Amino acid sequence: MTIKRDKALKVLAQHYPNGIVVPVYQAAFDWMGIRPHPLNYLCTGAMGQGSSHALGLALACPQERIVVLDGDGSLLMNLGSLVTIGNQGPPNLLHIVCQNGIYEVNGEFPVPGGTEVDFASMALAAGYREAHAFSDLDSWARSLPDILESSGPILVGLKVTVGEPYPRDYPAIHSEEARECFRSALAARRAD
Amino acid sequence: MAESLQGLSIQAALHEAQVEFVVALPDIVTCEELLWPITRENSFRLVNVCKEDEGVSICAGMSYAGKRAVLLMQHTGFLDSINAIRVMGMDYQLPIVMMIGLQGLEEDRAPSESAQNGVRIVEPILKSMDLRYLILNDDSDSLGISKEIDSAYQAPHPLVFLVPRLGKIE
Repeated sequence: MTIKRDKALKVLAQHYPNGIVVPVYQAAFDWMGIRPHPLNYLCTGAMGQGSSHALGLALACPQERIVVLDGDGSLLMNLGSLVTIGNQGPPNLLHIVCQNGIYEVNGEFPVPGGTEVDFASMALAAGYREAHAFSDLDSWARSLPDILESSGPILVGLKVTVGEPYPRDYPAIHSEEARECFRSALAARRAD
Repeated sequence: MAESLQGLSIQAALHEAQVEFVVALPDIVTCEELLWPITRENSFRLVNVCKEDEGVSICAGMSYAGKRAVLLMQHTGFLDSINAIRVMGMDYQLPIVMMIGLQGLEEDRAPSESAQNGVRIVEPILKSMDLRYLILNDDSDSLGISKEIDSAYQAPHPLVFLVPRLGKIE
């Protein structure tokens, strides 16, 4: 059983309409369509670095919840970040891994381990406070409100497949405009 | 003879520059005189990372919130993190401040003249990436650290300090 990624992200947008999100690659393209928002941190730059950007934000902004929408191929490039995050233990970090078993934007080639890699177990072993795995939409939708209220770091593995296609707007995820938009929105939020 | 660069002088400069976070992997050049004292004295908020490119991205995230950080690493970690530094430093012009120990540099040589390939290629790479860098050759060079960090965050732009050696020369 798997979840259409756009449906999973729409559930997140419903329960987390205005918070900071660090989405990467295809999840970023979907998320930009589902929840366009100035507090989307789009410019993670190098593949695999989303979780580390999110940790930097989480440590610098302890009063804000930070959600990172990672990918399985991306996280496999930066697995050490699980230990770094577990060691720092930011209570405000929710790490969601969209696991489809492929490098979706790079020819749909399989990632090592495919969909069998158990990121939730890895996260717990690395020191995360909680970890969950979901492969059906109803369970995800029921559990998310409690997860958003819980102290982190928390990792959620979502077994997903491609849902509604969203355009791959690469210029947007590397744009100065996106960076300045986020910077300004974060400053305004912190000034409130 | 100029006094050799001291870890305490670097710490003082980082405090003066209002650096709050030190993000680090241990480097043999700076570990004993800088990273261990920072760890023992809890004088900065320390983020130990597993790989140097993590540190680049952590510093990037912090910069959006106006928090100042310095990434301590060995030149090998710099070489391993080129792509992250290329994006966050060159393309995005974020204030990623790096302090890089030149492990293996011979005492009587400049980095560009080292017989060690990994050390010798650092400056040419920094130049080709158009990254501003300074070599901290002796303790008086530490006096310029704070101003350089201020400029990096105000511009903003990335900044590299190269550390050939640290502490007393036996």
